[in-house]
Amino acid sequence: MLTFIRKRSMASLISLVGLVVLVFFLSRLTGDPTDLYLPIDASDEMRAQFRELYGLDDPLIVQFGRYVGNLVQLDFGESIRKARPAIDVVLEAFVWTLQLALITMALVTVAAVVVGSLAAFRVGGFFDRVSGILSLVAASAPDFWIAIVAIVVFAVGLGWLPTSGTGTVWHWILPIAVLFIRPFGLIVQVVRGSMISTLSSAYVKTARAKGVRTRSIIFVHALRNAMLPVITVIGDQAASLLNGAVVIETIFGFPGVGKLMIDSILQRDFTVVLASIIVTALAIFVMNLLIDLAYAALDPRIRH
Amino acid sequence: MSNVPAMTEATPLPDEPSALRRFLRMLWADKFALAALIFLVVVVLMALLGPVLLGDVAQKQNLRGRNAPPFEWDRGWLWWMGADSLGRPLLARIIVAARNTMTVAAGAVIFSALIGTTLGLIAGYASRRVGEAIMRVADVIMSFPSLLLAVIVLYILGPSVTNVVIVLAITRIPVYLRTTRAEVLEIRERMFVSAARVMGASPRRIVLRHILPVVLPTLMTIATLDFAYVMLAESALSFLGIGIQPPEITWGLMIAQGKEHLTRAWWLSFWPGLAIILTTLSLNLLSNWMRIALDPTQRWRLEMRGRSHG
Amino acid sequence: MADHLLEVRNLSVEFHTAGGVVKAVKNVSWHVERGETLAILGESGSGKSVSTSAILDLIDMPPGRITSGEIRFDGRDLLKLGSAERRDINGRRIAMIFQDPLSHLNPVYTVGWQIVETMTAHGLPRSKAQSEALRLVTRVGIPNPSDALRKYPHEFSGGQRQRLMIAMALAMKPDVLIADEPTTALDVTVQAEVLALLKELQRETGMGVVIITHDLGVVAEIADRVVVMNAGEIVEAGIAREVYHNPRHPYTRKLIGAAPGKGEMHDPLPRAEPVLKVRGVAKTYGTFKALDGVGFDLMAGETLAIVGESGSGKSTLARILLRLDEPDAGEALWKGRDLFRLSPAELFALRRDLQMVFQDPTQSLNPRMTVFQLITEAWIIHPEILPKAQWRTRVADLLAQVGLRPEHANRYPHQFSGGQRQRIAIARALALEPELIICDEAVSALDVSVQAQVIELLNKLRREMGIAFIFIAHDLPVVRDFADHVMVMQKGRVVEYGTVQQVFDAPRQPYTQALLAAGLDPDPDVQAARRAERLERRPA
Repeated sequence: MLTFIRKRSMASLISLVGLVVLVFFLSRLTGDPTDLYLPIDASDEMRAQFRELYGLDDPLIVQFGRYVGNLVQLDFGESIRKARPAIDVVLEAFVWTLQLALITMALVTVAAVVVGSLAAFRVGGFFDRVSGILSLVAASAPDFWIAIVAIVVFAVGLGWLPTSGTGTVWHWILPIAVLFIRPFGLIVQVVRGSMISTLSSAYVKTARAKGVRTRSIIFVHALRNAMLPVITVIGDQAASLLNGAVVIETIFGFPGVGKLMIDSILQRDFTVVLASIIVTALAIFVMNLLIDLAYAALDPRIRH
Repeated sequence: MSNVPAMTEATPLPDEPSALRRFLRMLWADKFALAALIFLVVVVLMALLGPVLLGDVAQKQNLRGRNAPPFEWDRGWLWWMGADSLGRPLLARIIVAARNTMTVAAGAVIFSALIGTTLGLIAGYASRRVGEAIMRVADVIMSFPSLLLAVIVLYILGPSVTNVVIVLAITRIPVYLRTTRAEVLEIRERMFVSAARVMGASPRRIVLRHILPVVLPTLMTIATLDFAYVMLAESALSFLGIGIQPPEITWGLMIAQGKEHLTRAWWLSFWPGLAIILTTLSLNLLSNWMRIALDPTQRWRLEMRGRSHG
Repeated sequence: MADHLLEVRNLSVEFHTAGGVVKAVKNVSWHVERGETLAILGESGSGKSVSTSAILDLIDMPPGRITSGEIRFDGRDLLKLGSAERRDINGRRIAMIFQDPLSHLNPVYTVGWQIVETMTAHGLPRSKAQSEALRLVTRVGIPNPSDALRKYPHEFSGGQRQRLMIAMALAMKPDVLIADEPTTALDVTVQAEVLALLKELQRETGMGVVIITHDLGVVAEIADRVVVMNAGEIVEAGIAREVYHNPRHPYTRKLIGAAPGKGEMHDPLPRAEPVLKVRGVAKTYGTFKALDGVGFDLMAGETLAIVGESGSGKSTLARILLRLDEPDAGEALWKGRDLFRLSPAELFALRRDLQMVFQDPTQSLNPRMTVFQLITEAWIIHPEILPKAQWRTRVADLLAQVGLRPEHANRYPHQFSGGQRQRIAIARALALEPELIICDEAVSALDVSVQAQVIELLNKLRREMGIAFIFIAHDLPVVRDFADHVMVMQKGRVVEYGTVQQVFDAPRQPYTQALLAAGLDPDPDVQAARRAERLERRPA
């Protein structure tokens, strides 16, 4: 197991390094922050001072070397926009994203597993048909459209829920509900397909021949085996939520890391962009490890 | 399934009907897929003919028709969905916008599928080192938040239709790459590949003649699904204002433009959203059907249904 | 009508398939008594396991449908009971074991948990079930029983898994045990042990046993009575010895006639300069020695059988000779040139001479190519063999040669039966006009009667075209009628090498002797004599 984690970490480290290099140089191509932060009539002297302050006057490769040098001492640099350490800005936003992602995925997992299993048990039955159509519609809907329709209906029309912000529990309901829909639609279909194939497997036949109850066949014998491919999909969906749900964060004014990333690149606040890339990549790495551990916990064949 | 008797020596060999007839019959057996296909054909026709026939109507501003509500039949059929904030008929705009929406999605899917599949075949059949290197590159692309990538690239290159296609294609390459590679790694161990090697077949021949045809149905299913995904991604980009810019129109852009008038004229955003949902839903339905129809071991499900119903 | 322990009366079952409604069994009737063993004998597609699936309510409806008949057990018709009552009978009164225990055991739970579940599902308290599980696992002869209960199915060997299945089935001391091809995937020596265990347990518990098999040898070893099934119908029923010695139905006669190992053995060919000299081949996977110093000679036109159980390295040897895998050491001189040291270009030219026929034709034929494409691929790769204009006629010739019709060329592999598919694979190998064909378990997956036909075809090709064969098999009787020389392998080493007469009539090595002794003869009398002999030899 330890060698596995080490191998996994190496591969992730390589792609993280590649990502940081790519983002560092690509983001510089979008322009010079000086033009954005100083008034148009700022003197050349002042511009030079600004560049020197943020280390923008050196050749790119020198800037990169300095960045990496600071990074290994866990110094992520200053945010130009907020005039605070970039890592603080990012972590603040990331906590919101993390909460949103965890709550949403927990709800999605439970709901999708129950609905998918029941649909698979009576293939072609009423429940299967209804859940099949609903899950397809859910997987097909553009989330930003659902979001604005939901705002019109629940916030503006009925006045039940607030439109944006993070103040109370009520503020969380719409973002979570909207984020829930697509992963739910996808995962229900995966659970259903996986359950259908495990329910027709040989060991389920054995269980029937042993006289095991139907409930126990579905939820004890079949489900644990059916979860293996499902976990992979759950991981993928969770990873994309951890990267930040930019659209939803924008619409609901939710201060997550996705919106921060886009705002920062538009404002040429490069240190924040890089810090958020690194933080989310680490979070996704940890989550993938958890997924692998869950896999090993469910399937003894993986452990060897 | 072991209960179903296998074919014995004595079983006469059935003659297969032509492939086209079989597929039509299987399509007939799944009414949802049939409806989806018909709808998609309509969308494609809209994309091909719409700008030619309705291009002018869709751009013509009309002060008195600003935010005209839907279902007012006396204005003429083009107005039954209502009109936008500049009095342009929504139905005409949706039909015209189908072209950009479809072009971007189709372009991105074709590019990413071609490049991803080629790299996947190489990564799966070439030496371990080459394969690993390709996979690491794919990992980097995968871990690049796709919207961030889009913003950076579109900022540098400018937000034209071609550039949106390029951005979306880059982000989707890993999907085909990983699927193809995984399938190749499995298929190359199969006995018919060993049989071809024993005959002296070159790696090129094995990949193109023996492995690719087996992977292709899976890839087509994924591409159909991905078409829907790319459409949603493009609309999200346009919605955020970093994708395609006016006066070009796409469905996603129409939703964004309607957002400001949401409380007074909900139809501005509603109709293009519905167009997106129906198209992606159709693609999903078609992809589900293809998953069964292209799999020789699953096909009987559709053929059985076709017989008992029709 | 006297009451039997379990009786199937006039059972008919049909399935809805893509090809229309298939009547899987028609008016099948049989019964089994306490302490008795009934064998249901049939080839694939005969419907031999349908009636037992009906007994345990394992037929999915739809696509299946029971159109007539009853199943009498305990004075009741099982088909008229509710699902809760059926479930109560399953596992408690009637239990079942299957072929391929690996896929029939749940991979993610320990075997102990699975055995205990049989008992708790029928109301036994967990603590009692656990001690009983330990007793059962000990009884079926698993080493370190208390450790074994905590292990998962993949951690056991095939034979041990079948023993565990038996322990699980016997947990509630059922009245009837149904065994569906319980030893088919096992090595011969393991098969003999498992059958012996079943017999012992039957003697202890007095249960009735229904064994479903395609193998006359299994019938001869274990059955009191036998019903023979063909195409969904019972064609013959009776006492096992009587059916064997006086078969009345032509199908039964054909089946008995097709049993391998009865014909004339070949006389050895005169010694000549070998075309293939293999020396010191070794291959290691991690720490596992798959091959360890293997060598042999092969003359032109000779047939060498390589026999061994699973893990003997025989298939690895075949793959290495064809350079599908690379050896760690050794040489293989084909007409004086070392196959292992050829450059890719030289190897390409030599591919024509050496061909292979694989075990499972379903997998060795590309499912998306027609028969014509499959065969002509050889000539696309080696265009010097045949100009394109002659492809059609040559394909027709080849198909005729292997007993198929020219119009079959436009069909796909899935439209053929297993035996026909193997003929196509042979035609494909012949297209390159090879001098040596390596057959890796080429007939193992086929029914006995089909097996006999394919071997007859290979025999004909050898006589008429002088092709040399390396024939790899796990089963000794299959090679007896076909081989000139036999090489017995065990754990990556050659144990014995000799002419077919030497090896079969006077085996020198204990392993070869054990292998021959464990093989099952289709004659119940021969098997009875061997059992008696075994009992005598066993220390009291």
